[in-house]
Amino acid sequence: MIGWVLLGIVVLIVVWAVGGYNRLVGLKNQTLNGWKQIDVQLKRRHDLIPNLVNTVKGSMEFERDTLTAVMDARAKAMAAAGPADASQKEGQLTQALGRLFAVAENYPQLKSNENVKMLQEELASTENKIGFARQFYNDIATKYNISRETFPSNFIASTFNFTQAELFQITDDAERAVPGVDLTMKARP
Amino acid sequence: MNLYEQQTANRRRTWLVMAAFIALLLFVGGGFDLFISGGGRAFFPFGSLIALAIGGGQSWWSLRYGDRAVLRSSAAEPIDTLLSQTTDDATKLSYKQLDNIVEEMAIAAGLPKPAVYVVPDQDPNAFATGRDADHASIAVTAGLLQSLNRDELQGVVAHEMSHVRNLDIRLMTVVAALVGAVVLLADWTTRSFMFGGGRSRSRERGKDGGAGALIFFVVWLIAVILTPILARMLAMALSRRREYLADASGAELTRNPLGLASALEKIEDAVAPTASIKRGTAHLCIADPLGRQLNQSESGWANLWASHPPMASRIAALKAMAFQTTGT
Repeated sequence: MIGWVLLGIVVLIVVWAVGGYNRLVGLKNQTLNGWKQIDVQLKRRHDLIPNLVNTVKGSMEFERDTLTAVMDARAKAMAAAGPADASQKEGQLTQALGRLFAVAENYPQLKSNENVKMLQEELASTENKIGFARQFYNDIATKYNISRETFPSNFIASTFNFTQAELFQITDDAERAVPGVDLTMKARP
Repeated sequence: MNLYEQQTANRRRTWLVMAAFIALLLFVGGGFDLFISGGGRAFFPFGSLIALAIGGGQSWWSLRYGDRAVLRSSAAEPIDTLLSQTTDDATKLSYKQLDNIVEEMAIAAGLPKPAVYVVPDQDPNAFATGRDADHASIAVTAGLLQSLNRDELQGVVAHEMSHVRNLDIRLMTVVAALVGAVVLLADWTTRSFMFGGGRSRSRERGKDGGAGALIFFVVWLIAVILTPILARMLAMALSRRREYLADASGAELTRNPLGLASALEKIEDAVAPTASIKRGTAHLCIADPLGRQLNQSESGWANLWASHPPMASRIAALKAMAFQTTGT
């Protein structure tokens, strides 16, 4: 009789462990997927920038420095290694783009150019997508971390070596000082 | 209550309402068996089975083809077609913006991007439909695109995306089908009593069973006549809950409750009803397309019939959320 009860308890523990393990694996994969989403959007921004620079180049002949700064920042961001480095370089790229759009305000023919407006919308939207992808990643990574650290699933996490997911933070002080560059140029008041 | 508790509470409420609907269907069908067709030697629960089959069949059809029917009846056009056909640059930009915003919100919610549609109507409104996140569509009117700025449009799309994420689209589709089934059955039952062969048989039963059975029968018949009203009230109560929750979880996606609040203010100011959205799809929209006055009132009786909570309370709730986020 006692043997059966013990067997029952063992079976229950195994079922619980399998369920907890699968839940952790699921969350971990979602977290990794969330991280990849950020990469997809960053790459999209890198692809859009040459288009933008080519479109505005003709009208902004005198702003060569600003344009070069954007292209340089893009090249650096593309060459960045590791998340921490990448987030710093991407922050600098955001600032360079912000300066470009601020300068473009002085060129009425650019502001009314439909191609430029479309590119601006694309870039603004890509900025948003990067932001929302980070937000989603942080939410899901927090969920994963919580279930990794709370009792009783922390036993499974430590047994099978589930490492902590790093949250996305603003690492660069300069980026924190400039909150949200308005890229929309108030296209639709 | 935080968001997760709200979602759990809503799920429980959903099951209660579904159980109530099945009980209503069985009530109509089972009574039919007892009083009109039944009592013979070869007793077969005809009415109950037909009731369940109609309810199930309608729900299945709505889940499978309901979204297409809704989109067709509102003459919604897919955004890809519009983008390739439009030559006007400003309009094209606003379409592109809508498409981008839907993708942004899908990323924020961690869902696949739903199909995007535009309804050629000048009244600002929007709705979501489909059976799950993989088969979802979001439609907005041309009037909404014209009158809202980017932040406001984002708020509205986030609200619709929340309907997709919370599976409200599936729930409300099934509930609408069940309301239809209950109304249909109640109608048939009353008719078959008035004109059908059931009349004579039920009278005989009344004599057989004495006065008690007759009273039960009359009570049942009155209840059947009232059933459609009850079913609609249940559906509306559920719909109002879902709207509040979608407002809240939409604000969670954008982290900007004021965007949706100001969009709702603009939508409320546009008094004209949305003509191209039919009455049957009112519960899917962000604001009641019929522009009924009763959605404006907080008082108990009017509130029972409204598909949406009063605009003023929705806006107030969103502004309170904005106050909380800036306060901490």
